[in-house]
Amino acid sequence: MIARSSTLSAPWLLAGPGALFFFGLVLLPLALTVILSFHAYDHSTGIQNAFTVSHYITVVTDGYYLEIFWRTLRIAALTTLICAAIGVPEAYILSRMRDPWRSVFLLVIIGPLLVSVVVRTFGWSMLLGSQGLVNQALQLVGFAPVRILYTETAIVIALVHVMLPFMVIPVWTALQKLDPMVEAAAWTLGASHFTALRRVVMPQVTLGMLSGSLIVFGLSASAFAVPALLGGRRLKMVATLVYDEYLHELNWPLGAAIAIIVLVANLCIMLAYNRMVEARARRTLG
Amino acid sequence: MQKNGPVALIFHVLVLTFVLAPLVIICLVAFTPENTLSLPTTGLSLRWFKAVFEHPDFMASFWNSIWLATLSATLAVAFAVPAALAISRYTFPGRDFLNALFLSPLIIPHLVLGVAFLRLFALLGATGSFAWLVATHIIVVTPYVLRLVLAALSGLDRSAEQAARTLGAGEWTAFRRITAPMILPGITGGWLLAFINSFDELTMSIFVTSPATVTLPVRMYMYATESIDPMMAAVSALMIAITAAAMLVLDRAFGLDRILVGQR
Repeated sequence: MIARSSTLSAPWLLAGPGALFFFGLVLLPLALTVILSFHAYDHSTGIQNAFTVSHYITVVTDGYYLEIFWRTLRIAALTTLICAAIGVPEAYILSRMRDPWRSVFLLVIIGPLLVSVVVRTFGWSMLLGSQGLVNQALQLVGFAPVRILYTETAIVIALVHVMLPFMVIPVWTALQKLDPMVEAAAWTLGASHFTALRRVVMPQVTLGMLSGSLIVFGLSASAFAVPALLGGRRLKMVATLVYDEYLHELNWPLGAAIAIIVLVANLCIMLAYNRMVEARARRTLG
Repeated sequence: MQKNGPVALIFHVLVLTFVLAPLVIICLVAFTPENTLSLPTTGLSLRWFKAVFEHPDFMASFWNSIWLATLSATLAVAFAVPAALAISRYTFPGRDFLNALFLSPLIIPHLVLGVAFLRLFALLGATGSFAWLVATHIIVVTPYVLRLVLAALSGLDRSAEQAARTLGAGEWTAFRRITAPMILPGITGGWLLAFINSFDELTMSIFVTSPATVTLPVRMYMYATESIDPMMAAVSALMIAITAAAMLVLDRAFGLDRILVGQR
């Protein structure tokens, strides 16, 4: 093996340039943003060279910001739940299909992942508008038109659409590892379909569902395009709030503080979730 | 294997409808002859596609995005392949840290990356240059290349490479003639995935583009917030067509499910 014969410097020569680049463009800017979030800000003179924690205090005490954080959490949690409710059964149905249908439909379900979020959001804004197809269909069957666009419902619908592949992919991967014969063996041994599903399929699926939920929740909580285009001016989520603080209010330190809170919350949830998934994996898979 | 029951198939059709509805409606509305966002009822027209090609801002942003995606995907490969070799073939102090550092853009929200880049560039006085925009996109797309190249390397049979080394080939020759061709599918797949991700990126780019370097998704976002006319549908339909073409190439060459779903 090359590994043993070469000097210790070889891996650093290979990975060094990339490491330097990532150090300078990931860790350094993040550190600078943390520092920025502790700078004082004055509306007439801009960023001050004085240390303050007031931005963090503002964010956790001011009702305006708390409401946006609360809305973001609520929307992200709801999106995750609906994605799981749709994505898990869909992945199971896909896994029981035969080729070529199975590959074709898998492509249809996860392919939109590669279509720009702006495009998909724009599609939903047309479907959900007051004259959109959804409202026309409602009127056709005799309901009164409803206002969906610029509500939380619209944001959740579009987010579910954007995030669904991230739920289907890990569940699908988990199901691929499951030998279909094991389920058949459970039936042969007298288990009902429901019992086989619960005792054989579900333990595998749960792991995929947990990692899918993690990705969906994290991405939904920091989503920008969907709330920006479907939420209107008043229905802000955290990402659109940061955007406004930076590019409209020009209060960079406050925007930085919110961004850092988003980052830390994201990392904490991921760590906690990983612990939970690992503990569960140990329990169920021995 | 048991077949799906009727309930399962109905559920499946509903999910497909949900997934495809917004894309289909865009492609239909793009052909409208009217001045408003409406389904074409009287006839089909290409006028809004023509409008896109005659719109200087959209065309400039389109070429800007193509260049940006090409450059950042290529440079990401240049960083990721040696890094993947180091991570998969050597054990050295800091290996796990390096791996985590290279993959970190996947778990840092793009919003946070955008804000962080903006601060760095403001301090450097570098806001708005194309070269810095490329640098930010390299950061965002490198993890995709790295993951695929790592997967290709881990599934690799090393005996051919060892034979070449035994027969007197240098390390570089062995890599160029043996290893590189064997992991080429991983590299090409990673490049394409990087290209698409750079081409689609909005949330981070919106913080670091200047009027001269506006990318296509940022241009579309700005256009969608200001005016809604069928030209937006035409641009979106073109984006869908380009993505679908890239998807077909990816799928024919490597199997899209393998690239998006499995690591190996």
